[in-house]
Parts: sequence; C-alpha cells; structure tokens
Amino acid sequence: MAEKVLMKGNEALAEAAIMAGCKHYVGYPITPQTEIAAYMSKRMPKIDGLFLQAESEIAAINMVIGVSSSGHRAMTSSSSPGISLKSEGISYLAGCELPALIVNVQRGGPGLGGIQPSQSDYFQATKGGGHGDYKLIVLAPASVQEMVDLTFKGFDLADKYRMQTMILTDGTIGQMMEPVSLEKGILNEYDKSWATNGTRGKRERNIINSLSLDAQELEQWNINRFEKYKVIEENEVMYEEFMMDDAEICIVAFGISSRVSKNAIMEARKQGIKVGMIRPITLWPFPKKALLKAADKVKAFISVELSMGQMIEDVELAIKCKKPVLLCNRTGGVIMTPDEVLEKIKEADKIGGND
Amino acid sequence: MDYKILIAGFGGQGILFSGKVIANTGLMLEKEVSWLPSYGPEMRGGTANCSINVSDNQIGSPIVSAPNVLVAMNLPSLEKYENDVDKDGFIVYDSSLIAKEVARTDVNASKIPATKLASDNGLEGLANMVILGKVLKETKMFTLEQIIKSIEKVVPAKKQELLGKNVKAIEIGYNY
Amino acid sequence: MVVFDKPNGLTDAPFHYCPGCTHGIIHRLVAEALDELGVTDKTVGVAPVGCSVFAYNYFNCDMIQAAHGRAPAVATGVKRGEPDCIVFTYQGDGDLAAIGTAETVHAAARNENITVIFVNNAIYGMTGGQMAPTSLPNQVTQTSPYGRDVTVVGYPVKVCEMLSQIDGATYLERVAVNDVKNIRNAKKAIKKAFKYQMEGKGFSLVEVLSTCPTNWGKTPKESLKWLEENMKPYYPLGVYKDKFANEEAK
Repeated sequence: MAEKVLMKGNEALAEAAIMAGCKHYVGYPITPQTEIAAYMSKRMPKIDGLFLQAESEIAAINMVIGVSSSGHRAMTSSSSPGISLKSEGISYLAGCELPALIVNVQRGGPGLGGIQPSQSDYFQATKGGGHGDYKLIVLAPASVQEMVDLTFKGFDLADKYRMQTMILTDGTIGQMMEPVSLEKGILNEYDKSWATNGTRGKRERNIINSLSLDAQELEQWNINRFEKYKVIEENEVMYEEFMMDDAEICIVAFGISSRVSKNAIMEARKQGIKVGMIRPITLWPFPKKALLKAADKVKAFISVELSMGQMIEDVELAIKCKKPVLLCNRTGGVIMTPDEVLEKIKEADKIGGND
Repeated sequence: MDYKILIAGFGGQGILFSGKVIANTGLMLEKEVSWLPSYGPEMRGGTANCSINVSDNQIGSPIVSAPNVLVAMNLPSLEKYENDVDKDGFIVYDSSLIAKEVARTDVNASKIPATKLASDNGLEGLANMVILGKVLKETKMFTLEQIIKSIEKVVPAKKQELLGKNVKAIEIGYNY
Repeated sequence: MVVFDKPNGLTDAPFHYCPGCTHGIIHRLVAEALDELGVTDKTVGVAPVGCSVFAYNYFNCDMIQAAHGRAPAVATGVKRGEPDCIVFTYQGDGDLAAIGTAETVHAAARNENITVIFVNNAIYGMTGGQMAPTSLPNQVTQTSPYGRDVTVVGYPVKVCEMLSQIDGATYLERVAVNDVKNIRNAKKAIKKAFKYQMEGKGFSLVEVLSTCPTNWGKTPKESLKWLEENMKPYYPLGVYKDKFANEEAK
C-alpha cells in the first residue's frame, strides 16, 4: 500500500483523476470546489495534460463533450449553481452516451445559496437533473480515501457503460484533510471505436448525436438506454452496512451525514439502543434491496441528510413504506450535530413495542 | 487517545497551519486523524477555525462541535466556544489578546501571552506555535520531539529557514 | 474533360434544405476545401442547432451534433483531445451570434485552432422565420411583424467586426454566395481558413451571407437580389482580420 499522506478531499480527488488516466480537465472557479481546478492547473501541464478554465460552466461541460467525443477521459467539477448550468450539457452527454466524470462539491441552495456544505442537490443528481429520460451513476464518498477510490471507480463505470458518473460530495469532504493512500485503482481499457477522431480511411464515419425527429426511433434509443440502466442497477450497487447485525433502528445517510451519524450511533449504543446504518455509496443505483431486507427486521428508519428531505423519498420507496421513516435534517449549509441525530434515534426507539 | 481539538481565532493567525501540524503528528504516530477548516470569506480576515480529531479509533464526524481541547486565539472565539468544551476538557488561550478569565470551573483552563512572547522573541506571526507548545504541555497529547519531527515534514522545503523559528516558538510555549 | 462530381467530402444523403437555400452551396464549398486539402478523413465537424442541425448527415467525416450555441466549446474539446484532427463548426446566426455568443467570443479569444463556418441569413430558419441577432433594422420577421424596431430590440450584431477587436482571432472574413464571383471568393476563404488550421495558425471564422427564400417570403432569385441590395450594404464583404496576410502575399 502507498504511504498515507494528509490531503484535502478535493486535491486527493484531482490527483486520483490524473492517476486514472484523465488528461483533460475543464472547469470554472466556484467555492467550495476550486481546489480541484487549482490542483489541476498545477499538475496537468507537468504531465502534458490539459487544464482549461472555460468562460462558463456551460462551455466547460461542452468542452467535456468534445474531449469525450474524441475518445479521451474527460472531467469537470463544480459546485451546486454551476452544476445547474452544466445540466444542459449533462443531458446531451446522456443522449449521446458519452462517458464523463462530473464532480459536484455541494453547497447550500437554491439560487446563489451559500458556500457551506449541503446535500440538497440529491434530487438533481439522482433523478437526472437536465431534460429528458436519463440517469447518472451517482457516487457519494464519505472520506478522503473514498474521494480517491470512487474517482477510479467513477471513470471505470463511465467508460464501461458509456455513462456519466457524478461524484456527489460536499464542502466538508472536499475541504477536509485525512490520511489517504494514493493507490492505483481499476485501470481497465475499454473499446472506444465510436469516438470521433477522424476516420483515417480505416472505418466508416462516426456520428455522435442525440437528435431524432422520428418519435419511434427516439423512443427506442431511450428503451435501449434504460436496458443498460437495468444492468447497472443489477450489478453496480454499493453500500456500507454499519452495526446492522442486531439493529432495530436503521439510519440511512451518505457523505458527511453518515460520518456525523456514526458518532451518534456509537453514543446510542452506549445507551443501549440498537441502531445501525446503511450508507449508500451509489445514490443511483440506490441500495433498494438492502433497505428492503432491513425493513423486515428493524422497526424504523431515519434518513439523515443535509436537505429539506430528499433521499427520504427513495428510502420510503425502497422499503415500500413498510416501516416508518423519520427525517433528521439540517439545510442551507448547517450540519446536524451528533446530538441531534441521537435525539432522533431516541424518538425512533419509542416506536413500536418498546415504550 | 481521543482528542477533539478546536482551534479558533482570526484569519491569518496560522490556525490552519497549527492544526495541520497536530494532524500530521497524529498521522506519523499512526493514529486516526482528520483536519477540517472553516472555509469561505472568513479565511480573509474574519474569524476562522479548524477542527482536528486525533484518535485511536475510527473517526466519525470530522466536525468538532464539542471539543475536549479548545485553543482560543481571540476573544470572540473564547466567548463562542467556551461552553461547548467537554467537562474536564482543556482550554488554552492567548492572554495577550484576551483580557478575560475562563468562567467555567469544570475544565482545565490555562493562558499564555502567546502573541507577546512571539514578538518579544523576534518570532512575529508565530503565536500559533507558541500556544501549540503550551497545549502540548497541558494536554500531553504528544511529546516535544514528536511534534518537532512533524514540523520538519510540514514546513515546505522552500521555507526551511522557518523551521528553526517554528521549533523555537513551540519550545517557548512548552517551557512557559 | 471537366466532370461535375459530388465531392467525396459529402455523403449521398439528399439535402433537406428548401429550394433556393444556399446552405447546399456552402456545404459543397466546405467539402471541396477539405477534399482538396486532403484532410477529410481526419476531420471532425460539429453541427449546430438550426437549419443545419442535420449537417451530420451530409458531411462525409466524423460528426458531432452539439447543443444550441455550444459548437465552439465542443470543437475546443475535440481539438484539445485530438490536436491532429481538423475540427470545424458549422453554425447559423441564431446559434453563433445569440445563444452562443460567449462560446464564439471565447474560442476566438483563446485563438482556438479551429475553423468556424458562420452562415448568416438574418433569420431563424428552422423554427420558421423569427428575428435573428443579425436581422436587419426594420426587417419583418415572424417575431418582428412590424419590422425590427431598433429602439426596442436593439441593433444587429456584426460578428466579423466584433471579433476583429479580439487579439486572439487569427483570420476573419465575410463572404457571400449570391453569385458566381462571390461563391468563388467564398471557396477561397473557406479553404484558407482550413489551411491556417492545418498550419496551426489559430482561430478562423468565415461568415457567409446566405439566403432564406422560404422565411424571407421571396423566390430564390429575388432572395439573391435581396441579399445583394440589403445585406451586403449592412454587412460589407471583406477580410476583417488576417494575422498572416503579409506572409500570404509573399
């Protein structure tokens, strides 16, 4: 294993992207993700790669479309308002089935919002965000190490399925330093014979396109793409179970909220409350089966999230409303304390036969 | 070992750096560590703080909301966080900038005129290291040798001339 | 013997353009230029949103269909990914001079080594004849039924003039395709733009004044005349910038 070094989440992610063979990064400054752009601007010229500061988020994502079309690993990063601007391009990436890695270091919204950590782009990320029928693979790191590991994973999934991967993180994970091992992850090569990089007289011309005025044809494209989504839902779900063996209450939380929840779980356990956590690592595909299975043995769920309550809807759907789901949330850039989660755990503990 | 450290003061006092020294020392001792800055406009002159966890166990939240070590480098910070400190926790503050006593009696409070000591010794801008020396002495978090070894790693190669000054500042605080 | 052939740079797909529309001529000029320079098989074209949205069906090279106005950004990505490719965008006036102004200006500012073919027919064709950023003062369109009132909606954007103020831009020329002489000049300009790209000289844009008989409500023949009498005075033809003009003259 590589020696552990202290690194900021944003910087570790950027270095991992380079290690994963991404030589083209295009971005635009916005807090709290700017370290990614700054890091890339330092590193890329040294590896003969491209760092380009675009004139807008819109231009940046379209440059990603161009780089990806030419057959190279392409990446952009931003924070919430910037992701809204990129949504048009993300929809085109989906329609054209172009691989790309998009990082969202979330901040509070809506509108210009604030710059403090948030998870309120959950709907935007997991339900598509732009126009049309499409999904993104959404990865939610909860540590600096996962910023690295999921960057490798994200590029791999993008290439493997010709998909768009979003790393959905937040200001805390992006800004914090933790020991991290910059270990090389998956580095598979995938066929890119679809790329537009000149026929060179060796093949038929390639067209990258999302347009069809023939409704039946467009419908079929969507159906085909959703077949692919089904395979991804079947094979690529990732989650962590924490103290779930004897749990009577199940917290569902991702990213920084899961870290805060761990403190609360340890404290609750000291007080004799059997609580555990299922932490989705892929927010799409969502760990529906694991949650449904948990619904058979726990008496309640708590969705802990930094929004007015977005993931909670997916939790309720996943467990088919078999058990009550409580919400423990803060928003606008405020992070819940372990005590606030603990209070919610106690409230959940009163549900059912125990009171 | 399970330290939840909050260092707070003005932007520009070197709060993030002293936090980094602590986190790096923890890393060198193969402890679990995390370092989290407050970020945004406050970095540019307002109040700033830094959460550091150093623990034998896996760290949950990197956010230190109830510190067992509070380092206050200005008055607003002491006033804001004094009541959040764990019972029996430590509060160390810079008495050259804070003309006030800690009101709580259930914590280990100590003061050091860090800014004055730094400037008296030609170490302007290193009050953060002076106070860190005092924190070591009070909490016994690390030995002086351990933290000096860490500083050697954290001070960038280009700024090696600062190494000796940092070490001297820590020693002044430690021996105060 | 002179045989009138279809250039290899065009596919066999029949154009969907309206009778009398000059898009077909411009497509042909681009394809001929690529063929003559021998680069068709390493060219990547970027189609816009507008009447030429289906350009990917016609150019016999790798093609990408871009979002409205974003073609220069997409082309930038391709060129930076594969610098060896010849990359061009083919854009109309709404695409380039309204929704895509920022992408156009900044591609020029970066002196991005790409070629932009800008078709200016002073109207939105695809959506059925609305006012364009290049519609003339007092021009009647579907969304300026009383004529373009400059006191309300402002003045047309003169793209070559505007970009000529940008240090980055290498070569800017305005041409027209309403008569044989102009068509021959247009071909020369387009070919020069691609040649500059091959030589790594940077950003070039050829603005081509074009007709839209359908949405102008004129016959093809009247349209050619309308272009001559109305568009040309407002948008004078000529070279607006050429960083390498002296070199070329030698």
